[in-house]
Amino acid sequence: MKKSAFLGTLAATTVLAGFASAATLDDVKARGELICGVNTGLVGFAAPDANGNWQGFDVAVCKAVAAAVLGDASKVKYVPTTGETRFTALASGEIDLLSRNTTWTFSRDTDLKFTFVGVNYYDGQGFMVRKDLGVSSAKELDGATVCIQTGTTTELNLADFFKVNNMTYQPVPINTNAEGEQQYLAGACDAYTTDASGLAATRAVFADPENHIILPEIISKEPLGPLVRHGDDQWADIVRWTLNALIAAEEYGVTSANVEELSKGTNNPEINRMLGTEGDLGTMIGLDKDWAKRAIAATGNYGEVFAASIGESTPIGLARGLNAQWTQGGLLYTPPFR
Amino acid sequence: MTVVTDAPKDAFRPSMLIYDTRYRSMTIQIVVLLLFMAGAAWLVDNIVKNLQTLGKDFSFAFLWYRAGYDINQTLIPYTNDSTHGRAMFVGLVNTILVSVMGCVSATIIGVFVGILRLSRNWLVGRIMTVYVETFRNVPLLLWILVALAVFTEITPAPNQFRVTEQMIAEGTEPEATMSFFDSIAITNRGTYVPAPEVSRSLGSFTILDVPISLNVLAFLVAVAIAVFGYRAIKAHASRVQEATGVRPVTWWKSLLMLLVPPVGLLVAMGFHLSYPELAGFNFKGGINVSNALMSLWLALTLYTAAFIAEIVRAGIMAISKGQTEAAFALGLRPGRTMNLIILPQALRVIIPPLISQYLNLMKNSSLAIAVSYMDLRGTLGGITLNQTGRELECILLMMLIYLALSLLISSAMNVYNNAVKLKER
Amino acid sequence: MSGLHAQTAPFVRDTMLPPEPPPAMQSGVVKWLRENLFSGWLNTILTVLGFVIIALLVQKFLPWFLHSVWDAGSISECRAIIEERWGPGAEGACWAVIRERWPQFLYGFYPAELYWRPVLAFGLLLIAIGPILFTQSQRAATSFITLVAALTFVSILALGQHNVLALVFVAALVAVQVFAPRRLMIFTLLYPAVGFWLLWGGSVWIPVVAVLGFVLGWLAFRLIQPAGGSILGAIAAVLVPVFWWLFAARLAAGALQGVVPLGIEAVRSDRFGGFVLALTIGVTGIGFSLPMGIVLALGRRSDMLLVKTLCVGFIEFIRGVPLITLLFTASLLLNYFLPPGTNFDIILRVIIMVTLFSAAYIAEVIRGGLAALPRGQYEAADALGLDYWKAQRLIIMPQALKISIPGIVSSFIGLFKDTTLVIFVGLLDPLKGITDAVRASIEWKGAYWEPYLFVGAIFWIICFSMSRYSMYLERLLKREHR
Repeated sequence: MKKSAFLGTLAATTVLAGFASAATLDDVKARGELICGVNTGLVGFAAPDANGNWQGFDVAVCKAVAAAVLGDASKVKYVPTTGETRFTALASGEIDLLSRNTTWTFSRDTDLKFTFVGVNYYDGQGFMVRKDLGVSSAKELDGATVCIQTGTTTELNLADFFKVNNMTYQPVPINTNAEGEQQYLAGACDAYTTDASGLAATRAVFADPENHIILPEIISKEPLGPLVRHGDDQWADIVRWTLNALIAAEEYGVTSANVEELSKGTNNPEINRMLGTEGDLGTMIGLDKDWAKRAIAATGNYGEVFAASIGESTPIGLARGLNAQWTQGGLLYTPPFR
Repeated sequence: MTVVTDAPKDAFRPSMLIYDTRYRSMTIQIVVLLLFMAGAAWLVDNIVKNLQTLGKDFSFAFLWYRAGYDINQTLIPYTNDSTHGRAMFVGLVNTILVSVMGCVSATIIGVFVGILRLSRNWLVGRIMTVYVETFRNVPLLLWILVALAVFTEITPAPNQFRVTEQMIAEGTEPEATMSFFDSIAITNRGTYVPAPEVSRSLGSFTILDVPISLNVLAFLVAVAIAVFGYRAIKAHASRVQEATGVRPVTWWKSLLMLLVPPVGLLVAMGFHLSYPELAGFNFKGGINVSNALMSLWLALTLYTAAFIAEIVRAGIMAISKGQTEAAFALGLRPGRTMNLIILPQALRVIIPPLISQYLNLMKNSSLAIAVSYMDLRGTLGGITLNQTGRELECILLMMLIYLALSLLISSAMNVYNNAVKLKER
Repeated sequence: MSGLHAQTAPFVRDTMLPPEPPPAMQSGVVKWLRENLFSGWLNTILTVLGFVIIALLVQKFLPWFLHSVWDAGSISECRAIIEERWGPGAEGACWAVIRERWPQFLYGFYPAELYWRPVLAFGLLLIAIGPILFTQSQRAATSFITLVAALTFVSILALGQHNVLALVFVAALVAVQVFAPRRLMIFTLLYPAVGFWLLWGGSVWIPVVAVLGFVLGWLAFRLIQPAGGSILGAIAAVLVPVFWWLFAARLAAGALQGVVPLGIEAVRSDRFGGFVLALTIGVTGIGFSLPMGIVLALGRRSDMLLVKTLCVGFIEFIRGVPLITLLFTASLLLNYFLPPGTNFDIILRVIIMVTLFSAAYIAEVIRGGLAALPRGQYEAADALGLDYWKAQRLIIMPQALKISIPGIVSSFIGLFKDTTLVIFVGLLDPLKGITDAVRASIEWKGAYWEPYLFVGAIFWIICFSMSRYSMYLERLLKREHR
């Protein structure tokens, strides 16, 4: 009796510290701020600039969701997470959304109880080597020293790849991309392996990018995407359809420049439904009519985000490849807005 | 006959629980116990509830699952088909390895620096002071990072050691050469040192999947015999001295006793060193000590040595000058004064803080995370934790192992401490 | 007498010889050299070795220092300038990276227009602890406080963020120290609230209401003690503030803010980084770990078996595991230990862990001090009829703490150095977090030594002055014993 009262008191103390209920949307609205887990620093995907403003491809998802839900893309608190802390942070409710180039796998989806809302980047693990090494295929890497970033699926893929091809290697584990770069550039390893996009991002900032090549073999499938907790389907829907809206916007030619104009009404009913001039898709996910319009206006459509943060005109210089629209031979294919 | 009666006992009143010193401590302890139990119950209750919401259970079954990742430095056999449990042991062995290496080298350097700081030589004293103050007042993490940067940025790449036909023709030297009579190659891929090998091996046997080399065991036995024999000779000499007053000359006997058994065994087994050689992209042969281990070891050594130096200095200074003067008055030479009078007394002051420095070094070795050395934190608390998603189990297990290591070291050192303690009447 | 002398002695000197100068080997520089550097063959070898080492170091690093470049936009520009000025192949330090990014090293991502706030908070901290640092000498305290105040003035003005109120406040504190020194202790007690408010900003009522809790506790003690005795009073003094903070404080702060909206711009803790972060964690940890360490040490020496066991268990557990595992606990496991859905700031979690860690070490240091006290001191306190707390407060603790000062300060230094480990739970410490962030930009890729030297030098200055202060205090207190 007495004990339970005591427990009650203690519990009450901690409730004051903050409470994440099942309805993430209500929490975010009440807080007036979206808490988004991102990478600790991977140029192009998520990295703070000199003023501490976060920029990048993954960050754009956070901004779009904030714009859709709160109407202001700047109302995001970015929580840098490491490979180790990211899932705990999401599971515990410390963050509302994890957008940190995370691979969608069976066990993460089921065992760790997360909902991957989609794929914003189709990636695969590759190798980068120095050009003067004279290697043109990953199958020639027998006996090589390989730098791997720990805490990811990378080390497992690597072990499997070398085993399948009957080759040996010497792993040099590293914790962050920065360390990997340091070790690789200093020549402490022959090859550096991580997601191909990450390799490109890393190579982009080298002093001599032309002296390094990314080998053609992609040894794994790495569909990267934002994820939320299991058990809050409404929130998952919001994030999923915000991402879909960005992708669909590119397909239909809606850009941040013309979204205002197009939202006055077009002759394409799909665009009209998405931008809220026709039907009432917004209220079905607990938002208002203009949610998608705000998201697109804040960050631009998928293509714009891609081009601005990691595309060929940026130092990172990634080609669209698999990440082109399905109409262009890529894998991006959103369900219809209906 | 007088009757002594007890003072009339006060009737027990509840307020006595607080105001009566006889009962007060009981009251306090019961309150503390209740609070503690309530707190523990609260924690356990939370854990159960949280695990339920996350849909997880509390189980260590993952330790028997296939690990699937590779570790670059394994002292016990390990492949990526081994279990997570085995990966944990590999990490534990690596932690112990770097701790032991660090303790030994830090003690040696620390003692030297501590004694040199007391030297009357002004220059040497100053240099040592600068060393101690620099290393003590800057975070260890900085030294680890600097050491890593030195090893990866400044040391040559293996192919800089290459001597090509063209170079021989032109008479130019390669950019880098091996040190210590061509036996050690310090490269940015790690340091290659000669590996001890025997041509007539005694074989090995395995306990719990860990192969134990009979060669090593035999060598250890030989060393034990040598030390035992050496001490027997010493003891005999002392007995003769007690009896006759003349100490027999034993230096050649003890030297032989110390050297013959181990050296004889090595020769019998055909012991030789296998030197690292440049082959292909990398050095082959010899032992490759990874840069992670080298930089961690170097940084831990230099950092801890600065603290040990201070302990040694304080220990020596704690022995009063009168002791030295008395020894001189007895006609002892400075060396013997140090060995027979100062050190035995100083050791008693030095050992307890030295133990805590060893403990600190062992705990600081967990900073291996900064150089990705695969220690216990790197395997169990790093990759395994990540792959299995079992934070609670991994971190608790890791803490328990560190705790056990700490308690082990401190109890072992306490036994030694008791042995050298001043036997007071 | 003189006549007798003249007859018996064949020769008597009647004038004094002028004193000879000492032999060349026994005076001046030569003597010093002989005694200090070349007194024997071993010493000579050591000296020569020492000179060789110094020469090697100088040869290695001096050109690098001499070839410093302060003004460049990127590391490659820096290298180009060095090559141009000192010829190809020359190596030099590129301090331009520090020149351009120093605010990040110091303040992390703290909003640039608010830099004056951490500066002021740090200055006020030094002013607040000034009277404690120099209890022995009023004059030393005054000159220290004046110096700190002047430096704070200069720094804030140099930042170009003229905040007249802040400057007036600092000046007022100096005036208080000069005219009514004891009153400054009030500010010292209030400092935690002031420092918190300056760093995090927000409504002024939050710290005010928090401090009000202590006032309420004191009032409760004063009201209840006459009626219910000091023990009930103490219980009330603990319970009243706790209830105030738990249930009423938030409402009160909200209400007051509604009535009188006073406040400064709030800064979220994810903007903290660099030395602002290190000092916030370090100073808070130091401030809380000392009282906690004292309590733990007393608990460990207590006669009550249960209390003792708990304290021993806690201390040995904390001392037996590396800080890193505790930090991981803070970042990964706290969610398991707290009721579902609770969450609080990672900086706060880290501060709690660092405090617990340091408290266990300080408890051991103080236990050593307590053990070193002669038994007679305890017996004398008993003989005077002092109760446990009075004996501790008046007799035992002052002496035990005095003995433990070196150990306590070295624990503090250790704690401050350990704040760099927070990088492993994703906080931007100045050493690895910020240097990595700086190196992540294309311009400063490959700048290793300069940032490390810069950060290392600041750590060195802070830690070295702490250790020197402890030596000063030790000497001062030793003198008292004579």
